Amino acid sequence: MQPKTLYDKLWDSHVVQERDDGSALIYIDRHIIHEVTSPQAFEGLRLAGRKPWRVDSILATPDHNVPTTEDERASGLEGIADPVSLIQVKTLDDNCDEYGIVEFKINDPRQGIVHIIGPETGACLPGMTVVCGDSHTATNGALGALAHGIGTSEVEHVLATQCLVSKKMKNMLVEVNGTLGPGVTPKDVILAIIGKIGTDGANGHALEFGGDVFRNMSMEGRMTVCNMAIEAGARAGMVAVDDTTIEYVRGRTYAPKGEDWERAVASWRNLHSDPGAKFDRVVTLRAEDIEPQVSWGTSPEMVGPVGSTVPDPAAETDANKREGIVRALEYMGLEPGQPIKSIKIDRVFIGSCTNARIEDMRAAAQVLKGRRVADSVKQAMVVPGSGAVKAQAEAEGLDKIFLEAGLEWREPGCSMCLAMNADRLGAGEHCASTSNRNFEGRQGYGGRTHLVSPAMAAAAAVAGHFVDVREFVAGEPA
Amino acid sequence: MKSFTQHTGLVAPMDRANVDTDMIIPKQFLKSIKRTGFGKNLFDELRYLDEGQPDQDCTGRPLNPDFELNHSRYQGASILLTRSNFGCGSSREHAPWALDDYGFRCLIAPSFADIFYNNCFKNGILPVVLSEEEVETLFQQMYANEGYQLAVDLAAQTVTTPDGQVFTFEIDNFRKHCLLEGLDDIGLTLEQSDAIKAYEARRREEAPWLFDALTP
Repeated sequence: MQPKTLYDKLWDSHVVQERDDGSALIYIDRHIIHEVTSPQAFEGLRLAGRKPWRVDSILATPDHNVPTTEDERASGLEGIADPVSLIQVKTLDDNCDEYGIVEFKINDPRQGIVHIIGPETGACLPGMTVVCGDSHTATNGALGALAHGIGTSEVEHVLATQCLVSKKMKNMLVEVNGTLGPGVTPKDVILAIIGKIGTDGANGHALEFGGDVFRNMSMEGRMTVCNMAIEAGARAGMVAVDDTTIEYVRGRTYAPKGEDWERAVASWRNLHSDPGAKFDRVVTLRAEDIEPQVSWGTSPEMVGPVGSTVPDPAAETDANKREGIVRALEYMGLEPGQPIKSIKIDRVFIGSCTNARIEDMRAAAQVLKGRRVADSVKQAMVVPGSGAVKAQAEAEGLDKIFLEAGLEWREPGCSMCLAMNADRLGAGEHCASTSNRNFEGRQGYGGRTHLVSPAMAAAAAVAGHFVDVREFVAGEPA
Repeated sequence: MKSFTQHTGLVAPMDRANVDTDMIIPKQFLKSIKRTGFGKNLFDELRYLDEGQPDQDCTGRPLNPDFELNHSRYQGASILLTRSNFGCGSSREHAPWALDDYGFRCLIAPSFADIFYNNCFKNGILPVVLSEEEVETLFQQMYANEGYQLAVDLAAQTVTTPDGQVFTFEIDNFRKHCLLEGLDDIGLTLEQSDAIKAYEARRREEAPWLFDALTP
């Protein structure tokens, strides 16, 4: 039998029907919905007189618009001050109530960012197809699932038919072998990959992450990596199933139990690329070459090691790229050749579907323990990714560490990653952010985002500017 | 779904690579629960000099005189000429909704981000991929000629310049067919209900846990 990639296997097992024109009808096992990209889909469904095909496959939660202060959240829906945001969250509630869709509402202790609660509850499992009207759905690929974002028309399509009309993507492998140095985290790995292949480097491909580094990585770390596959242009990122995957899934609320569990594990063991499987493209990085990363520009590919300098556009030979660098430096208020470490920061955001799982909280707390946020930093906040992450962090006393260090400890939500709620940057402010996009205005009008790992964000909070967390932990803050 | 067959229209530039969907339609406008009305906020942060708010009347807002879509020569444009990886980032369909609402029927670039590309077809917008060199040629011609128009023919898969130069483009058959006919793809899929049910029955035997109902 011809060797298959992980993506080939996931695709093949979900083909309902292949069509003459090269497209296929693909079955969707799990549909996650949130308040921003679903209202128009429900409206479309109603206008056409249709009903959801399989209501019990859908999981909903509000995350983008929810406020994150304790006071606001204590009031539930009434705590949403912005009337437009309130309507959107209320619309999700109404739609879920009308159709009988399971929803973790705003004050449910299980509420959280969609991409965090999917794996955490076991709603998303290895071997599944998972979609959500949100490009960071690729996070679930860490489970050995085919997971990707869709637009609202496709949300409606999946609601109505449990299927998508798709064309098979190409296969791409990013292999990272070797051992990561201390202080180098999954976030640094994915930023380094994006820096190497570019923000369109994996367009048209399903992206598998392979090699020692991912085999030795925790599930939380794999989720951080797969989460940002889209920032390299890939709709779907994925990692093969191994013991780490299976131990992560075991016992979760919606994970299979008893005999089903044994059958499921037996089938999941096959969720890896076969030896000799053909990839259309392979990119290789050495773990030892990867250093803690900081983005300096307005695209995730505009990133470099913390010890480097802001690039000089004059050195760029490609005219379009040169233009892009000039524009980015102007927006970011940076000079060519300026050391990354000289960039002063105004705010710190530790959170988002990229880096708001328990390991991220621990990594930040480890750096912050016994230290204080610099006086020059206006605000530093930690926003856990879900109610479960929050509870776990509090059980471990991490919230105390954050509060004692002068950070705010918030309620779960997307928060300042995209600033749809009240958490946002002011114009011109620099932010050390553990989120995924440094686009212009992303975290607030005129705001300047620098993408970093949780440990690097914590170190920057203390120093007031970027520092190499490796020197920092050794006790020599720059 | 809206169809696209042939279109001739004024061409406007968005002369930068990696235009992301946050730039096409910033997040504050995503709070709307409607599909329409996004056109006035298309490229909001580039187009205006102040920060836009949802449901705001934009007629009195200060326009950015440096932004090309604000120039009089590009008013009424329906074809957007841009650079590689247009539409990267978020999957928000509000991006094609905003382009459509503004009046764009066709986008031309060397490449598009995957999710955005797919979303265009659901909204009757044709994204045309031409080579870097061809796009550069079109940019030069457009800048040199005020009132520059292109004729786009989906059935023939061609873009024709005012002086008769013809560029051909590739497109998937299934997407082409749906767009030409303006087909309701949900209706088409539902015609295959029996195949979906047969798949579910087979799959339920192989992997019953995939059909466990999520419970509150």
